[in-house]
Amino acid sequence: MRRTAYTVIGIVILAVMLFPVYWMVNASLQPSGNTLTAGFLPLHPTFTGYKRALDEQGGNLVTSMIIAAGTVVLSLAIATPCAYALSQFRSRWVSIGLLAILISQMIPGIVIANALYTAYERIGLLNSIPGLIVANCSSGIPFAILILRSFMMSLPPSLVEAARVDGAGLFRAFVAIVLPISKNSLITAGLFSFLFSWSDFLFALTLTTKGGVRPVTLGIYQYLGTQVQNWNAVMATAVLSAVPAIVLLVAAQKYIAAGAIGGAVK
Amino acid sequence: MVALTRTTVAGRERVRGRRHRGEDLTKILFVLPAAVAMVALFGYPVVKNLLMSLQDYTLKTFFTGAAPWVGLQNYSAVVHDKLFSDAMLNTALFTIGSIAFQFVIGLGLALFFRNRFPLGGLLRSLLLLPWLLPLIVSSATWRSILEQDSGILNRTLISLHIVNDPVPWLNSPSVALIAVIGVNIWIGIPFNVTLLYSGLTEIPDELYEAGQLDGATGWRAFFYITWPNLRSVAGVVLMLGVVYTIKVLDIILGLTGGGPANATQTLATQSYEKSFVDFKFGQGAALSNILIAISFVFAIFYLRSTRRAVDE
Repeated sequence: MRRTAYTVIGIVILAVMLFPVYWMVNASLQPSGNTLTAGFLPLHPTFTGYKRALDEQGGNLVTSMIIAAGTVVLSLAIATPCAYALSQFRSRWVSIGLLAILISQMIPGIVIANALYTAYERIGLLNSIPGLIVANCSSGIPFAILILRSFMMSLPPSLVEAARVDGAGLFRAFVAIVLPISKNSLITAGLFSFLFSWSDFLFALTLTTKGGVRPVTLGIYQYLGTQVQNWNAVMATAVLSAVPAIVLLVAAQKYIAAGAIGGAVK
Repeated sequence: MVALTRTTVAGRERVRGRRHRGEDLTKILFVLPAAVAMVALFGYPVVKNLLMSLQDYTLKTFFTGAAPWVGLQNYSAVVHDKLFSDAMLNTALFTIGSIAFQFVIGLGLALFFRNRFPLGGLLRSLLLLPWLLPLIVSSATWRSILEQDSGILNRTLISLHIVNDPVPWLNSPSVALIAVIGVNIWIGIPFNVTLLYSGLTEIPDELYEAGQLDGATGWRAFFYITWPNLRSVAGVVLMLGVVYTIKVLDIILGLTGGGPANATQTLATQSYEKSFVDFKFGQGAALSNILIAISFVFAIFYLRSTRRAVDE
């Protein structure tokens, strides 16, 4: 009885907390331009908002997708060997490396943007997808190192030693043994790197100056900058931009727990 | 025969020596890409910002290449800017307000979810959604909810007769900061719940059973058992909260753009505006260095207090 009461209270709490998310979906399906007439339920759902969103922001969604995928590949490629080294090699450099990662979390994104802007200006990476991928790795790499290291700490050294006795080099043993075992934590780190990059707004705002390369977060911001007339198109874009987060939460729930705790770094 | 063995042994030793050296090299190669990336993405920006903050670094610099040294002029310019004290105050209110409420509400929910009940785990993980959404998506959604005339919040408040006139949530200088803090609290609650919950589950049940025998239940159990055991996790949550909240930009830019009448300008939005709207990179760098310095003070304070706790 008491346990059922808890469940009811829990559902109420969740309903209150997730109301804005519901409202985003509801407003995206409302026919009218503004939300004045929007009812609590989309009784006459229309997809004109989505049509407009896809027409105007479809290209930006693709851009975001490419940048996020690139960030995942680059972040994991760089972070995974380092995480292994920090978990298994014994050296005084390990604690120095971890301290550096901790301190890096205190650097505001605007500092990175400031410096990258001037550097990119010189080497021609402004308004480019590779430029944004590299910038987004500033959130992906430290996060992935911490998540992967905390998993790899639990790997017994004997695992790799056995392979080495058979004559495999350190790197081959790493690829053949460590990577396959670490699959789940690689997925967790990859999913979160994707999400960070997909959510990036600051680098998109500062490191692009022309229309050519425009992630969808910037598209939403530009919608907000002009007087908002068509909330349903804005909210439809918001829903489409929320899809990765929702999919991650529903389909990849078991990876989230690890990531959320490791997310102590975000 | 003997000679042969000797050469083989020597050869084997040579191979082993080479392999050792090769191995050290491999070990370095494991770390090298990440070290380079960290230096390029964090080390270089910090040094570059320190230098820029001492230079007259503007849009002109990109054409002429000249960025004359100006000593502390940029710092004195931003500190004497009439907006600086407002931005400092707003940053403090934004950070303290956000963290206090996120933490208290987060702790309350974490304690609630510690009770075992059907669907508890599922509800707890669905609660994470606001934290996973892109911040600009949350900003856009809340802006539609908070719209003065047509937003659902004012419409609801008026129909319930809680207010008579629509509240200018984002349009009035006296209300906007509260609204922005409110949205940031909403975004931060899930993170607080998750970390505090994981801290709670690490407190052994035996402590509560023992406490029960001594009559420690309810609030007493909380003050004598839960809180002392949760303190280190709470410290981490609060320190990370400060470090992340103090530099937040997306939410403010998306909701108010720093307005109305600069009522929601913080050090972070100011730094952005100096660099990327006014193109005074030197002044933007000076502001963000002040931001880093404040974060560092908190981090050192935190690290010292935890070390003392460990030493005792």
